[in-house]
Amino acid sequence: MVDKVQEQVEALRRLAHTPLQDCIQCGRCSAGCPVAFKMDLLPHRVVWELAQGNLETLLKATAPWQCVSCFACQNRCPRGVSPAAVMEALRLTAIRQQGANKYDAAQLEHFDPELPQQALVAVFRKFNK
Amino acid sequence: MLYNYYPGCTLSTKAKALDQAARACAAKLGFPLVELPEWQCCGAVYPLAPDAIAERLGAARALISARDKGGVLVTLCSACHHVLKRVNDDLARDEEIRNKVNAYLEVKEPYQGETKVLHFLEVLRDQVGFAKLAQLVTHPLTGRKIGAYYGCMLLRPSKVLAFDDPENPQLLENFLQALGATPVRYGMRNECCTGYMAVTNPGLCKQMVGEILRSARDEEAQALITACPLCRYNLVANAAPEQKVPVYYFTELLAQALGLQTEAAPVQAGGEG
Amino acid sequence: MQKIGVFVCWCGSNIATTVDVAQVVAAVKTIPNVAFAADYKYMCSEGGQELIHKAVQDYQLDRIVVCSCSPRMHEATFRNCAEQVGINPYLVEIANIREQCSWIIKDRAQATAKAIQLAKAAIAKVRFNTPLTPGESKVVKRALVIGGGIAGIQAALDIAEAGYKVDIVERQPAIGGRMAQLDKTFPTLDCSACILTPKMMDAANHPNIKLYTYSEVEAVSGFVGNFEVKIRQKARSVDAKRCTGCGICTEKCPSRKTSSEFELGLKTRGAIYIPFSQALPKVPVIDREHCLKFQTGKCGICSKVCPAECIDYTQQDEIITEHYGAIVAATGFDLLPLDKFGEYGYQDSPDVITSLEFERLTNATGPTEGHLVCPSTGKEPKSVIIVSCVGSRDTSGRGKTYCSKICCMYNAKQAMYIREKYPQIDVTVFYIDVRTPGKAFDEFYRRAVEEFNVHYIKGQVGKVLKDARGGLTVFASDLLSDKHLMLHADMVILATAVKPAAGARKLATMLTASMDNDDFFTEAHPKLRPVESPTAGIFLAGMCQGPKDIPETVSQAGAAAVKVVGLLAKDKLRTNPCVAHCQENICSGCLACEKVCPYGAITAETKTVINLAGVKEQRTVAVVNQTLCQGCGACTVACPAAAMDLKGFSNQEILAEVDALC
Repeated sequence: MVDKVQEQVEALRRLAHTPLQDCIQCGRCSAGCPVAFKMDLLPHRVVWELAQGNLETLLKATAPWQCVSCFACQNRCPRGVSPAAVMEALRLTAIRQQGANKYDAAQLEHFDPELPQQALVAVFRKFNK
Repeated sequence: MLYNYYPGCTLSTKAKALDQAARACAAKLGFPLVELPEWQCCGAVYPLAPDAIAERLGAARALISARDKGGVLVTLCSACHHVLKRVNDDLARDEEIRNKVNAYLEVKEPYQGETKVLHFLEVLRDQVGFAKLAQLVTHPLTGRKIGAYYGCMLLRPSKVLAFDDPENPQLLENFLQALGATPVRYGMRNECCTGYMAVTNPGLCKQMVGEILRSARDEEAQALITACPLCRYNLVANAAPEQKVPVYYFTELLAQALGLQTEAAPVQAGGEG
Repeated sequence: MQKIGVFVCWCGSNIATTVDVAQVVAAVKTIPNVAFAADYKYMCSEGGQELIHKAVQDYQLDRIVVCSCSPRMHEATFRNCAEQVGINPYLVEIANIREQCSWIIKDRAQATAKAIQLAKAAIAKVRFNTPLTPGESKVVKRALVIGGGIAGIQAALDIAEAGYKVDIVERQPAIGGRMAQLDKTFPTLDCSACILTPKMMDAANHPNIKLYTYSEVEAVSGFVGNFEVKIRQKARSVDAKRCTGCGICTEKCPSRKTSSEFELGLKTRGAIYIPFSQALPKVPVIDREHCLKFQTGKCGICSKVCPAECIDYTQQDEIITEHYGAIVAATGFDLLPLDKFGEYGYQDSPDVITSLEFERLTNATGPTEGHLVCPSTGKEPKSVIIVSCVGSRDTSGRGKTYCSKICCMYNAKQAMYIREKYPQIDVTVFYIDVRTPGKAFDEFYRRAVEEFNVHYIKGQVGKVLKDARGGLTVFASDLLSDKHLMLHADMVILATAVKPAAGARKLATMLTASMDNDDFFTEAHPKLRPVESPTAGIFLAGMCQGPKDIPETVSQAGAAAVKVVGLLAKDKLRTNPCVAHCQENICSGCLACEKVCPYGAITAETKTVINLAGVKEQRTVAVVNQTLCQGCGACTVACPAAAMDLKGFSNQEILAEVDALC
């Protein structure tokens, strides 16, 4: 059981591919995140929990689905860590499972015809597999 | 020099104004854009995970094709610019990604990130030059107070994109100055419009757009310019009625200042106040 | 026949754990000329040295090889040991089997094999060593202090008090440095000017101290005991001897738009100005770039109003050449420019300021006469946010990797200062860690929280925006409550990273003193020689060596002064005999050596020499001045004919070493 958790944590770390141990928990990422006020687990916590290997906390979080990958966190991090990459790793871990798509394509019918293609492509890349 | 051009999906459909004005202006300014044949969608978002190889192939094909045609690739859409530059950087630096992509595409001469990806604005700044551009302006935008909206994909991560100072960008302001307009600097110009959240979380998108427009209006911007179709869509479609300002593609104003006629943009909102 | 003794040290477990010392002893015993070999637990100890003495006497040894730690550590120890039993100290060789062997190799067999190799090489070399005698050089009894801030002033005062002449070179028009800009100083909150001004006066009036203000070091040559320094005294355009410091010229100057360097741009000054009210010397200077007289030829008002007739538009820079026995670098610090940190709004709002600017805003002699007001409105702020670590502890390339060390304390100081004088102003400090090691330091910080109700929030600021109401919107994080915050503030103070003063690297190059990647001067040993540069005769004081506060700076300056005094107290210094010499019969007179010599020790002379064919002839050859030569060896590699040779490291000796290894 423990091994399985450890394995998943390691897989997440490989996907995130960012130096978690360099984080000094300054909180600049969370401070400048445009959607932090909507997040249940702030960017600095996402980095911390992955560094600690707290899998349950990470998998429960809805923050990755609020993250817009704007890279403000990564660009302002004084230590070269990318919370955005951890968010992506969490999203991928979820949607790469069978039948775990987060966005129902049927909803698109109701959308503004002016919506640029890039938004639709992005949604399918970020929310579905 | 051959300016291979990568329009991307949105510029061929919803953002034709951005595209057409750009082609006309480039021809006039002496760097005619030659559309890359059979380009594919870049994927709109950069695949962050190192194991996401398939998601990098659209961009990789464009990069390789440009390498074989002189080595320069110009793009306009902020998202395409972001994805192309970052995938190019992966192919230059990450041996594993490079090997996998080359093997999958069965490239004869392995690609190692040789193509120089340029945003249209970088060509204007570095090859045409804003001083020269100012001389070529026939219909200056004198008296117009315009704010530049950079958003996120043009600037970040700055180490890879190397477009401008990510926290204090100047490029679009200098561009506006060259066109004779009065650039308006405002604090939110480099914050994200929440992009594709327009689809999944419109409430969040409206809130963020509200912050951006408030910041721009506080500094008395009468109009905004952007390089990104999604930014433009959000700033117009997700703006509260009392906050609406006209939002143009930068190429539209460029065409205007150079005295070129182009098709009007489809999304329009009010006049400059 | 030579009789070589080889002594293998265990260095406790440092060497002996990985190197089989007994095997090394056995191996070297088989080498010809090795008359004695032994191992010992600590060869540098009294017992070890006695062992060497006894072996020399019992076996009539004439050369010694010690296999031990780096020669930087104990070469001098073993040379002295040899000298005590009548062996010339330069007939001792060290084989470094610790740093270059046991510490870096894990495998015992491999390490032992390498130790034997290194011992063989040292034995091969020592056979060709020749006895050398150090010469002597005189010591100039005068010191130079570069930088006239608190570090430089303190070092100069201590040297002067010990009875030696000392000159201070300060590039600004007045001494005082950064400390003169501060309002109060932690942890006792004395007024900075009240404790600094008397020291400035003491320095200016001390009979042993000479001030060169508005001056810069232009060139340095020579070596420990006798440096030759060229000082450029920039033209003030004012005759300092006649000027009474009345200041009428500075009041009447019509050009008023230049931003004051001393006031950090918070105030303007005239083109002729005295940097601050307690400036020493109190002599104005004309900033020619902004002076109407110099730029347009018209004006000349200062000259007309000067009652002492001391304005001199024709004054020229002056170059002064002086000799010094020792030099103290005390060049201080600047703040990291904030141009890469646009998110804090420093470029966009005048109400976002650095901590140093805050010192001016609260200083009674500052631009607001000590009234704390927002620069944008002139009104008192209702809330102030202080941001720590701006540009410090940053490995991303944007800032500095180190902790700037002084910020946590001055943040507490400034917060307390505001709360004490303006209890109605709300003060919040954002921090990553609060670092307050030092006597009465943590108590000081806690007072800010406990007595003065300063809000300390663990977290950082991500963005500062100007808002329509004229204030600032601050986006921040509170990590202990796990919250994202959006706050309003009227003023934001950025605790900005410190960095060595501009020009420090240029100076270090002139001094041939080493620096780290951040351009801080490096010390000879971080623990045991903290105020000396590895370059003999160069000493370090204050921020130029690393971030430090005033108490530490003053301590370091005092320590540097003691080192200088210790050097100046000597009449003569023993020179290193390992210097270059020219084998005149081989020298072709091409003088490639002269061009590469950094000490100017090589000259051309026409001499009668016996050439390789044995014939007398008259020609040009290179001659080495043995006092100037520092033994760097550059000439020996530049010489195409191998005529240049270094004593103690001759071509023959080095080649023997190489042969033994290959």
